Amino acid sequence: MSEPDFSHDGIRTLRGTTFRYLFLLCALLSIATTLGIILTLLVDAVNFFGTVSIVDFLTGTRWTPSHEPISFGVLPLISGTLTVTIGAAAVALPIGLLTAIYLSEYASERRRAYLKPALEVLAGVPTVVYGYFALVYVTPALNRFLPIGTFNALSASIMVGIMIIPMVSSISEDAMSAVPDSLRQAGYGLGATKFTVSTTIVVPAALSGIFSSFILALSRAIGETMIVAMAAGQTPRMVDLANPAGMFLDSIETMTAAMVKIGTGDMVSQGVQYQSLFAVGLTLFVITFIMNLISEFVASRYREVYH
Amino acid sequence: MTPPQMSHSETESAADQPDTTLDSDIVDDGDGPDQRTMMDRTLLEARNLDVYYGDEQALTDVDIEIPEKQVTAVIGPSGCGKSTFLRSINRMNDLVDTARIEGDLLFDGKNVYDDDVDPVALRRKIGMVFQSPNPFPKSIRDNVAYGLKVQGDDENVDEKVETALKRAALWDEVEHQLDESGLELSGGQQQRLCIARAIAPDPEVILMDEPASALDPVATSKIEDLIEELAEDYTVVIVTHNMQQAARISDKTAVFLTGGELVEFDNTNKIFENPDHQRVEDYITGKFG
Repeated sequence: MSEPDFSHDGIRTLRGTTFRYLFLLCALLSIATTLGIILTLLVDAVNFFGTVSIVDFLTGTRWTPSHEPISFGVLPLISGTLTVTIGAAAVALPIGLLTAIYLSEYASERRRAYLKPALEVLAGVPTVVYGYFALVYVTPALNRFLPIGTFNALSASIMVGIMIIPMVSSISEDAMSAVPDSLRQAGYGLGATKFTVSTTIVVPAALSGIFSSFILALSRAIGETMIVAMAAGQTPRMVDLANPAGMFLDSIETMTAAMVKIGTGDMVSQGVQYQSLFAVGLTLFVITFIMNLISEFVASRYREVYH
Repeated sequence: MTPPQMSHSETESAADQPDTTLDSDIVDDGDGPDQRTMMDRTLLEARNLDVYYGDEQALTDVDIEIPEKQVTAVIGPSGCGKSTFLRSINRMNDLVDTARIEGDLLFDGKNVYDDDVDPVALRRKIGMVFQSPNPFPKSIRDNVAYGLKVQGDDENVDEKVETALKRAALWDEVEHQLDESGLELSGGQQQRLCIARAIAPDPEVILMDEPASALDPVATSKIEDLIEELAEDYTVVIVTHNMQQAARISDKTAVFLTGGELVEFDNTNKIFENPDHQRVEDYITGKFG
């Protein structure tokens, strides 16, 4: 009888080590890319702020990077982005939430099985298609009863809103489906109708998930580029506080659209105009980053623990 | 054997008649006086009740007459249809897509499966307590007030919340934390909160589906005491897998065995001491589970 052989197998050990580092490398690659992007943004933005004061940038109400008098006030761009985001929210949040309630509480198992994927297809449509649709169909349709221009914030925000409906409905529906059935049963047992159970038990219990879906969808709307570049125009316009709704009827320029214009224009790569792209980009990044933090905070703070 | 269902003079007759004469109406054999047979009017009655889930038959031809203001225990092995029976009383089975019901289930003489019956309205007359405590993620006050609000009963809500919590023997423990979440309470307290929530709208019937199965012995004994007290004002139907519990707290016991068949229904003493059916005796004595 010889002893069993439990000794190390060199090849097996080597293979284990190799894969371990391969996986680590892949993980590091995406982190490195993210850090690289932030670094690039920062370096060029810092260079930009060496020429243009950060206060002027953040408080200026004129954005005229390429014609005299040159001014780099970002507020008109923020106004434009905010307009589109509010418009998109007005479309997507109610429709998305009501869709989620339907899918989670009213739809039969079978209907949900094909409705939910169908809705998610909406999220897979290339944004250029939405942009084209806004420009060619939505704007002419709205033009019949509203004094809007060829390029306007309204049709762009409607399309951005439609684009983000699946994000709201899908994530909200997940949150509502996660509400334990025992709570619904308790509600029905007390003589509540389906509507009452949905609105007073399920929605409040899923509120943290619903709120997260709102924030994520709005972050997506803020960052949306193609639709607004195609349909909302490229006219930096400061919001008129006396008539903020007027923003929707005219051509505007969002932060993203301004960046496209600079990036695709014939700017000198070391010029201050070119660098302004990164300053705007950094601002956009900070805004969406803060929104994601809020979403994380709300999700962890208001998440209900069931047992 | 039973008094006419449509009789609505129970309070009068209860006051007029002495206790002793009432027993003979429903008691099949002399097995001692039952202290809580003040009123033996039938409140709930099933006639040829069949329930199916898809092709599966969960209840087979159930006939039962459940007396008012007593505790009726429903016992039987797992899968015998006892929960199905409970849920057919307040039409909670309607929420199951595949469920199909045949036969009659009468509440105070009215078939609850008639076309003109709205299950929502029916459930307002019937409170329900579930197997595991399921308080809403809301404050203790809002939990108890939920049924009142749903039913549009907006007057003296605080008072009614207090009364319900006192009846559920929870008031002393939560009096100063009514605005805290119901989820903060212990399991036993949560279940008493759910009982308070069920009785706050003042239903006629309380259905309990193994209400103590998720609780420790101390919490269980509190719930059991509470159930016996509740039977003074409410008709209680309790499903339990715990035969000792059924023997301790119920006046009447229904034994369901496999196939969703109601094998025997009688006074609890009779069921546990001298059942008519051998199968029931085997089940009670643990020869068959």
